[in-house]
Formats: sequence, structure tokens, C-alpha cells
Amino acid sequence: MINKMRELDRSRVNALHSVADRWKALPKWQRSLAFVAFVVFLYYLPLLGIPGLTWLRTDSISGGSNWAGVLFTCAVYVLVAIGLNVVIGLAGLLDLGYIGFFAIGAYAVALFGSVNSPVVQYFQREFDLPPTWAVTWAICAFIALVMALISGVILGWPTLRLRGDYLAIVTLGFGEIIRIVARNMEGVTRGPQGIAAIPGPEGPPSSDNQIFGLIDIKPWYWLAITVVLLMVFAVRRLEHSRVGRSWLAIREDEDAAAVMGVYPFKFKLWAFAIGAALGGFAGFLFASRYAFIDPTQFNVNLSILFVAMVVVGGSGNMVGVSVGAVLLAYLPERFREIADYRWLAFGLAMVLVMILRPQGLIPSRRRARELKDRAAEAEEAPAHV
Amino acid sequence: MRRSYSRALGTAALAAVLVAAAGCQDTGSSNGDDAASGDCGGKIAIFGAFTGDNAGLVLPSLNGAKLAIKQHNDANADCQIEMVEFDTQGDPAQATPVANQVAGDTSFLGVIGGHFSGESDATMPVYEAAGLVMVAPSATRTDLTQKGNKSFFRVVGNDGTQAGAVATYLKSQNAQRVFLIDDASAYGAGITAELTKNLGATVAASDKIQERQSQFEATISKIKAANADFVFYGGYTREAAPLVRQMRSAGVQAKFIGPDGLYDPAFPAGASGGAEGSIITCPCLPADKAGGTFTADYQAAYGQAPGSYGAEGFDAAQIFVDAFKDGKKTRAEILEFVKNYDKQGVSKYIKFAENGDVDPSRVVIWSYEIKGTAFEPLQELKLS
Amino acid sequence: MNFDDLFGHIGQHTVDGLSKGAIYALIALGYTLVYGVLRLINFAHSEVFMVGTFAVLGLWTAFGVENNPPIGQAVLLLVLGLIVAGLASGGTALAIERIAYRPLRRKNAPPLIFLITAIGLSLVLVEIFGLVLPKLLGEAVPSMFGRARIILGMPTIIESKTLFTVFGTSVTNIQVIVFVAAVAMMALLDWFINRTRYGRGVRAVAQNPETAALMGVNQERVIMLIFVLGGIMAGAAALLWSMRFGFTQSSIGFVLGLKAFTAAVLGGIGNLRGALVGGLFLGIVEVYGATLFASNWEDVIAFVVLVVVLMFRPTGILGESLGRARA
Repeated sequence: MINKMRELDRSRVNALHSVADRWKALPKWQRSLAFVAFVVFLYYLPLLGIPGLTWLRTDSISGGSNWAGVLFTCAVYVLVAIGLNVVIGLAGLLDLGYIGFFAIGAYAVALFGSVNSPVVQYFQREFDLPPTWAVTWAICAFIALVMALISGVILGWPTLRLRGDYLAIVTLGFGEIIRIVARNMEGVTRGPQGIAAIPGPEGPPSSDNQIFGLIDIKPWYWLAITVVLLMVFAVRRLEHSRVGRSWLAIREDEDAAAVMGVYPFKFKLWAFAIGAALGGFAGFLFASRYAFIDPTQFNVNLSILFVAMVVVGGSGNMVGVSVGAVLLAYLPERFREIADYRWLAFGLAMVLVMILRPQGLIPSRRRARELKDRAAEAEEAPAHV
Repeated sequence: MRRSYSRALGTAALAAVLVAAAGCQDTGSSNGDDAASGDCGGKIAIFGAFTGDNAGLVLPSLNGAKLAIKQHNDANADCQIEMVEFDTQGDPAQATPVANQVAGDTSFLGVIGGHFSGESDATMPVYEAAGLVMVAPSATRTDLTQKGNKSFFRVVGNDGTQAGAVATYLKSQNAQRVFLIDDASAYGAGITAELTKNLGATVAASDKIQERQSQFEATISKIKAANADFVFYGGYTREAAPLVRQMRSAGVQAKFIGPDGLYDPAFPAGASGGAEGSIITCPCLPADKAGGTFTADYQAAYGQAPGSYGAEGFDAAQIFVDAFKDGKKTRAEILEFVKNYDKQGVSKYIKFAENGDVDPSRVVIWSYEIKGTAFEPLQELKLS
Repeated sequence: MNFDDLFGHIGQHTVDGLSKGAIYALIALGYTLVYGVLRLINFAHSEVFMVGTFAVLGLWTAFGVENNPPIGQAVLLLVLGLIVAGLASGGTALAIERIAYRPLRRKNAPPLIFLITAIGLSLVLVEIFGLVLPKLLGEAVPSMFGRARIILGMPTIIESKTLFTVFGTSVTNIQVIVFVAAVAMMALLDWFINRTRYGRGVRAVAQNPETAALMGVNQERVIMLIFVLGGIMAGAAALLWSMRFGFTQSSIGFVLGLKAFTAAVLGGIGNLRGALVGGLFLGIVEVYGATLFASNWEDVIAFVVLVVVLMFRPTGILGESLGRARA
């Protein structure tokens, strides 16, 4: 059976490659046109009404969630996956505590932007501000980004010098610590009660808001997808810059990279901080859209889900990780019958993908080649473990 | 050359189709004109953690609500009520898109939920903006009804009410040194904080544990140091069972008291005898005191006794059944109906105060003692 | 900060911490053995422990054991429990090795891939015991699978009694049994690795796989051996756990596994005696920390201590090595 699966997979990969080759062979203007069409399609998705495709909508089943709402979740997860891909896929560092950065971003906007938060209430008391005063959304965005970035550096500074597998466990601990601190520091975060009334671009949630109202979620999706596209563009630039090439060198052979004058620690820290900032920004979007967060939403399962998105999709390849994120966020929503089995399915997917296709469903070509090289080395020297 | 031409044409055609399709109508969210057929009946939603780790706490309520709807539908062929289940796993981030969906689909006339306080807090503004009434069977956090929300009602007493009852019970038992423990969850910490306010000087000391904790040496040595005669634990079964058992095996004799989170057969079973004699308070009536045939019907339908919030789920659904029977057809009419509801339910007499809490004087809280694996009703507790 | 309580009862807290840490140490051995030889974090080892507790529960359920059986019966139950848990845990560990790790090893996959596979396996095992088996067998054997997700109680086999009291510090029979049994198991393992022919093979592969292979050590067999040994230790931990705490659940392994791994790293991963030192150290730190602050800060304290130790001693308290120092 495993052989059959392998064969199926191989034919799928061949098809994928031939599509990719043909794509590359197209003239540039056609490629741009197709790309524009794809982007237009992304923006059109929440309105999806093409006959024959409406079954894709999550509200086409009884008890299904809001379609635009699910799309928003997918978009945020794609953002998370892109950020985590910088850490895992590009720099080759396993971060099991990515939820921590996500939580920091979410709590940044909650603590500074919501009138419900003890921090804002403290400022109101100390400086005689009106009870409606809170930090504006746009400034909160900046705060979220900076706080996540700084926490990335603070976590990375002592731990990135450690060996790779220690990093995994220390980051896992970090993610838990953030959640536990958010839960225990009741005077700052309202602890398990959570913080409500987190603002959006138009201020605190209210039915009077023109665009980002309470019921219609489409504008939120459009905002998120815009951020995703911008970030995809930015990370793509980064990937092909000097920094990106340094990550690649470190991932493939840290010692060789160091000999060539690429200081591994510095670039690892960069990857960690950039990943953290992206995760924080995703958390920021998440919190502003839901207008309510509590510590239970940032548990370790979500961290593992994030890793699963990246590795199942194909770490190192932005298209791959995005597809992974969308699949893992979307499938349990659309197929509610399997909702109970989602963790079993995620676990199985991780094991099967790693054994049969360690490079992921839509791999980065370079990464696939690295794995192949290693496998070839193993055949030459079978004794080495 | 020809090939690339045809491909270019294809690309352009694809783009054209997509753009054209973008002009199409948004068909998905307005498919709900089927439910309003006939003069009576309608459609409501129920949301909560129907799958996942916390499902055990919520399913009795769902079953109770289903039972009420089924009994009505069987008896009134001309007045059918449809109840759509939305699973949120208790996660506010999953409950919010559900709220958007229900609020945006005008065929929904009312909502049963939320079952947890977090998901209720997150979705209350959405339902309020849509003018949809929420009737919560088990969201007990005190401050939910202090936010000025106009469409949130609950058929269950809040944490403050139950904490008040626990406090009067402790006073009646002449408790001198009470040790308070909570699990730092919204529910456990909430009820314990209320109790701390009520007890005043009789609180000897306190500790907080964390979820999934298994070993309680530090907490137990604090209980010993405080020389407590009563231990109150605010939280759920998973941590309470090993805690009480380890207390007993460490020789702590203090009486163990817990709120309705422990009104769960898994608690005495999980503690394997360690929970013997513990007192559990619950705003649920003993089977023989509950009005009507609810307990028997539930037993017949699901093969087990109604759990902690089965009766509340039934009552929440019954309110909507009564509204539809009364010929209410719009969200506004039903909201108004719920606001003025005044009737005996199976869990308690239901009449709402201005803020949406069930009339506090009507809340009934019973104490139960654990004998073997059973909960033996002791007495009805005074609320303050 | 409750210094009075901490220093007033420092002896009691230390005893509590030691008995807590003994179980961490036993589980930590599994991580350390596998890491010492394969340089691989067997993340699924926590589930090896979990399966062991279910095996013990199954055995006791099958015998219809009630609370506090007579002493002869109790000893028999514990011995049988050790065998059953050892078989179940050892078998699970071996199955994990054969199904997941061996194919990866053949491909010389990078450590990241092993780790992610292990996380996936861990999820699968938890869901099998928490969801699939309860759905299939929950009605038939409710005491084993009924509420496997929340909690399953086990009968008390040996009642806890205070054995002796020194300077206000009381030590119970259970604490003594747990501690002595854990240390004995470890001593046995230490002897096995350092004194027997098989152990020599393990050390050889740990030090240099190529040379060991040239010297005629069957590497695959050594790898299987270490997984089984680690599994048996986890089985022993599962039995001690069941005896002391008397409950389990499908996700019981996660927190314990994390703590045990922390203990292994603290003591110096790959180092058997380090696992013992790390486990006991962590147990004591946790009890002190929970006394000083509140119990809900316990995990934070454990991780902060881990990071601090790693910053100053990146190879842990006793340093890394399986058997002998590595070049």
C-alpha cells in the first residue's frame, strides 16, 4: 500500500513539476496577467458564487461557519506560516513556541488598545484621560510589531547559541510561559477572563462602524489578504537578498558558512526576529478582528498546528506553506464531521508526509535537492546514523 | 508560436471568467427563506463546545435543548422549530465566525448559547448588533451581565450566586479556617474570587494550581501549614480528582468542597474513593425534586441522567418554544418575549432581571455529598 | 513570596521534591538513551509512558482490583504491573522505532524531520487513546476508556502511611518505594550499559558508529535495544506513577514528557547519571518554586531554570556522554 501511495505521489509531483516548467516557459506578460487574475480571484473569494464552486463555501453546510470568517482565519494562518517559514524553512531552526509571538502581538493590541484592559485603565487614572481613551489601532500595530520583534531577540539571544534540538524544547517552553504569564498576571492582562473591546481600524468594535462592523467580515478578510500579499512580496525580496542566501548557507552547512565569513549567530537571530515580528503581526490582526482574546486561545496545540502547516505544505517554499496553512485551517471547517478527528488527522499527516515526502507537498526545489543529497550520502556510507 | 498564442488566449479567458464571476451575486449567505413557512415555528441556533476536550461539560445541555425541541415538534406538526447546531469547541475564535454567520442569516430568530463565558463575551456584541437574543445555559461569569448588553440572558445563576451559597453553607458548618484553591481558569478563578469576597476573615490561605497539573505536594503542604478545616476547590474534574486523593493520602482531613464544575461522575470515579464525603454545590435540582417528567424523559432519550446543565439547556430551548407558540416571528418580537418571560422551568423559576441575569432570588442551589460514585442530595442552600 | 513556609519546612519540601523528581528521572532515561546513541529527541517517548499507564490500568481492571488489597496480592499486582507496563511501553517504543524512525534513518534525514515525525506520532497516539479507543471500547470497558480524555481513576494498591518522621519531616512508605525503586531501576540500567557485553555495544555505537560497525557491532540491534530499554524504564515509571497517583488520561504524557526531557537536558543529555541528577534537581526546584510563589507558576520556574542552566552550562550539569567522555 505504501508503494502505491509513493507511486501516486510521484505522478502527482511530476504533474506539479510540468505545470511549474510550463509556467516558467510563459512570456512575462502572460505570467503577470495570470498573477493579476489570481490576486483578483483572492479578493473575490468571500463573494464566491460561481456555480459548481459554491460547495467550497463553509456556510453551504448546516452548522457551517461564516465563509468570510473562515477565509480570514485562513489568511491569518497563511501569514503565520510565512513567518514561521522564515524560521524553519529558510534558516532551518525549529521553533515550537511560535504561538508565543502570536500571543504577544495579540496582547499588545489588547493591552494598549482596549478600554477594557487594566493597562489602559491605569493610564487613564494616572494622566486624567477620558474613560474612552485608548491607544489608536495604527499605533497598536506598531507596538505589536516592535514587542514581538524584541521578544524574538530576547528569546533568541541566549538560546540560538544552543544546539538545534535544544532550541526546539526551549522555544516550546517559551510559548507555554507566555500563555501562563498572560493567565496568571491578572492585574495586567485580566488573566483568564480575557480582554474584550479590542479595537479595529475604525476604533472599538461597534455596530456604528461603517466598514469594519460586527456582522459583515468581508472587509476584515480583504484587509488580511492585503497584508498577506505585502508580506509575501517582502519576504520574497528578503529570500533573494544577501540575508536570504546567508540563511541558506547556514541551513545547509553551518560550519562551512562560518568559514566563508557568514556569521551564523547574527543571521539566525535575524531570522528569529523577523519570524517573530511576522507572528506578532498575525496575532495583532487576529486580536483586532475577534475583539476578544483570552489565554486559552494560545495553547501549545496551536504551536504544533503552525509547525504542521509549514512542514506538511513544504518548508522553504512560500506557496507550499501557504497551501499547508489553508488546508489545515479550512478542511476542519468545511468538513465538520471530521472536526473531532482533526488532531488525529494532523498527526497522521505529519508522520506520513515526513516519512514519504519529507520535503512537503509542494516542496522548495532546493530543499528537495538537499534531502536527496543526504539520502545519497546515506547510501554511500550506510553505517552513519 | 501557435501554442503560446492559444495559451495566452486561455489565460485571458480565465481572467475574464474570474472578473465576470466577480460580478455575480453573493449567493451563499441568503439561503434561509425556507424556515419561515407556515404561521408558526422558526429557526434558532445553538452553539458551544460539542466536540473537543470540553464537550463532556456541554453535551448534556445540547441534549436537553434537543429534547425540548423534539417534544414540541412531535406534539405540534403544524408548528415546527428547527434548531441548527454550531460547534465552537468552546473557542472564542471559532464562536465569532459562527456568530457572524447566524447574525447575517436573517432566518435565525434566536440563539442558545454560549456555554462558556469566553465565547459568550466574544460574541455578545455581534448578536446584540443583529438584535438576536441569546439565552445562555451555562455561561456563569459574573461580569457578563454587567456590560450593558441588551440581548444577553442566562437561565443559570452566576458565579457570584453560587459563591454566596457556598459561603452560607460554610458559615452554617461553622468553618473557621477555609483554604481556597483554584485552577486559574476563567470559571475556577472567577468563582473562587467571589467566594474570597464573601468569606472575609475565615479564609486561612489560598493557592492556585494550573490545568493538567498532576502532583500537588506544594499545595498540600500549604493546606497542612494553614491547618485548614475546609478546602474549597474552584475548577474542574481533571485536577480536582488527583488533588483530593493526594490530600487524603497525605492525611489531610479537611472537608473538600467544590462547585458545579465537579458535579460530574468522572470526579468520584477519577479519585477512586478519595472524593468520598466531599460536598459539591450545584444549581441543579435533585431528580425527584425537578418538576414534570424532564429527568425521566431525558433518561429515556439518552440512556443517562441529565448532567450538570441538561435542565438549563432544556429551559433555554423551552423559552424559544414558548415564543414561537405565542406567534412571535421576528427577532425583535422574540427579544421582547424573552425579556418578559415569567414561567416555571425545569431547573428553576425563570424570570429575568433587567441586566439579563435570571432573578437571583429564584436560583436554586443544592448541595450534594459524594457517596461511592453517586451524588446524594443533601439540602437546598440559602443564597446569602 | 512565602519564605517562611519554604525555610520552615525545607526538609519536607526536599523529600516531596525528591519523590516527584524520581519519576521524572525514570522517564528522562528514555530520552537520554536514545539521544546518546542517535542524537535524536524521541519526542514520542512521553506517549510510551502514557501507554504504560494504560497497560497498568488494563491489568488492574482485568483483575477487578479494589482499593487496598491485602499485602501479598498488592505485591503480586505490582510485579505483574511492572511486567505488563514494561512490555507495553517497550513494545510501543520499539514499534515507533521500526515504523517511523528506521525509514527516516535510511534516508539520513536531518534531525528536524525526526523531531516533526515524533510530534506527529505523539499526536496520533494521544488521539488513539483519547478518541478512537473510547469510541470503539468506551461502552465495553468504561473504566479503561470511558473518560480517557479527562481522567480515569485506578484503585489504591498500597495505602500511604507515614513511615518515619525526622525533625518534623515525615516520609511516607509510598515516597520511599517510589524513590528506591526508581534509583534501583537506574542502577540496574547503569550496570547494564557499563558492565555487560550489550552495554559495551551501546557505548561503542554512541561514541563512534562507523568504528563500532567495523568492529562488528550490529548497529540496528543496538538501536532496537536502546529503544526497548528506554521503553522499559518508562514502563517502570508508569507503574510507579499508577501506584502513587492512581490516575491516567490520554494526554498524561505531554506535561510529564516535557518535564522529563527538561530533566534530561538539565543533567546533561546522553548521560545516564545526569538523568537522575536532573530529575531530582527539577523535582526539588518545582516544589520550592511552587511553595515560594503559587503552584500555577511551577512550569514557568522549571523553564526559566532550564534556560539559565543551559546558558551557563550548555551541556547540562554533569555534561553529555553515554558511558564515557566523548572527544
